[in-house]
Amino acid sequence: MLEPPGQGPGGAAALERKTVFRGVALPLLLLAPQLAITLVFFFWPAGQAVWSAFLRQDAFGIRTMFVGFENFSDLLADPLYLETAQNTLVFSASVALLSLALAMLLAVLADRQIRGAAVYRTLLIWPYAIAPAVAAVLWIFLFHPQVGLLGRALNEAGLPWDYRLNGGQAMLMVILAAAWKQVSYNFIFFLAGLQSIPKSVLEAAAIDGARPMRRFWTIVFPLLSPTTFFLLVVNLVYAFFETFGVIDALTKGGPAKSTETLIYRAYIDGRVNLDLGASSAQSVILMLVVIGLTVIQFRFIERRVHY
Amino acid sequence: MQSPLGAPRAPWLTHAILIAGVILFAFPIWIVLVGSTHDAATIGRGEVPLLPGGHGWENYLTALGRGSSVLAGLGVGPMLVNSLVMALAVAIGKIVISFASAYAVVFFRFPGRMLAFWAIFITLMLPVEVRIFPTFKVVSDLGLVNTYAGLIVPLIASATATLLFRQFFLTIPDEFVEAAKMDGAGPLRFLWDVVLPLSRTNMAALFVILFVYGWNQYLWPLLVTTSAEVETVVIGMVKMIGGEANTEWNIVMATCVLSLLPPVAVVVLMQRWFVKGLTETEK
Repeated sequence: MLEPPGQGPGGAAALERKTVFRGVALPLLLLAPQLAITLVFFFWPAGQAVWSAFLRQDAFGIRTMFVGFENFSDLLADPLYLETAQNTLVFSASVALLSLALAMLLAVLADRQIRGAAVYRTLLIWPYAIAPAVAAVLWIFLFHPQVGLLGRALNEAGLPWDYRLNGGQAMLMVILAAAWKQVSYNFIFFLAGLQSIPKSVLEAAAIDGARPMRRFWTIVFPLLSPTTFFLLVVNLVYAFFETFGVIDALTKGGPAKSTETLIYRAYIDGRVNLDLGASSAQSVILMLVVIGLTVIQFRFIERRVHY
Repeated sequence: MQSPLGAPRAPWLTHAILIAGVILFAFPIWIVLVGSTHDAATIGRGEVPLLPGGHGWENYLTALGRGSSVLAGLGVGPMLVNSLVMALAVAIGKIVISFASAYAVVFFRFPGRMLAFWAIFITLMLPVEVRIFPTFKVVSDLGLVNTYAGLIVPLIASATATLLFRQFFLTIPDEFVEAAKMDGAGPLRFLWDVVLPLSRTNMAALFVILFVYGWNQYLWPLLVTTSAEVETVVIGMVKMIGGEANTEWNIVMATCVLSLLPPVAVVVLMQRWFVKGLTETEK
């Protein structure tokens, strides 16, 4: 959802064309479809979410009243909600770090001058096409305690394995499946980042006798840091929001809410518990999280542009 | 001259790690591919086979025809059609409206231009997941629940494609616009004859990204579709697993393969444009 460095109104591309066409009606007509959809399906519902976060229905669903920040204070006083927030942090940080580390390792190796580098690249890029929910189903086939190859092997080796009953194992499963799906996306960006590092810098270091490991930590890693930071934010957004499919297909937030993330809880409260006030308050909190991450992103890019 | 970087000191180690990486992604696919060619009993007993069996045809025909018994009589064929309609409509729809709005913002000066641009830009901060229920309410008030329109239209507006086109349009030389004006070509003619052909690569890249995005949607279709006619294949497959008591694992596996194939094919066949487009703005 976020843009790579260098993009956006604050970025380097904030230029204007010198020569333009005259007219007002035509550009408005061209803008109309996108603006209409944006207003109807973005601003209107986002406004609704904010508004209904301050409302509450009585037990019979007849009267709706304004309750101020009560939905928010109830949420923040709810130990289960705080636990869910903590789960989300553990989950998101693990997914981001795991997939970034693996992608960086594979990208650095696939960028070397070796035979078949292009083939490796293709074989590591295609998993981009896999849906998060499909990734989860693939992991079920591997780790299901009865049907899965590795799940059965674990149990036969005397290690009791059942992610449907054990909360820790369930968390491990959703982290692995969600990270697995994201590696190829990170791989593509790391590879592009590596290819933009001038070869002359690396050659100079090599002539000075710097070994590959040293070259990586003193030159490649720092030069990749804008890409890494951009990907960190993208991966956090992915882990927060787009992993809904992974969790729904694998654990449905269970067992005993041990894999419930903030987005999953917002869904359950709205869809199953029909508590729209609470669900809207959660939507507003999530919006603040995205806005926060986006602002950090642009702050960082602006600094990078100015140095 | 040979680069002093040369080939790595221990090429076999590089190869070994890369091959391990490739296997990490290919192995689960192999398992599901093989599993989809065995009968339900073999999988159900937990004898996970590593080599293909003889029930492939049967499983795929069953999946496409009657589907899984868990979802009484809902075949995967129609689900694939629904997913295809959704992915194509989201990809093409987004490209068309983003192209048009970016053209308006870049090639004209009119009152409210920056306001319009910021209104579009700010949608970056409102992914569908954070405004699910209010958006669902709007769709249901408009009577669009369980329709293609309800499934597709709310996903069509996004800042990403508009920003990409805007970025690209800003790089088109001013001389092109001046030449077109001198030849008496209006803005629509310029759009059609100059800007559109120049944008082909960007469009191809966006198509891949957006097709995969549309095909892989989960939360939104789960909410907006309650009837079988508009069920997409990813959701249908997860529903087939059901309570696990009587899951027909071989059919789920065949469905899994069918749900993977189209987006993987699009990415692999259009890899060149896709990688360029995804990382374009990194420069």
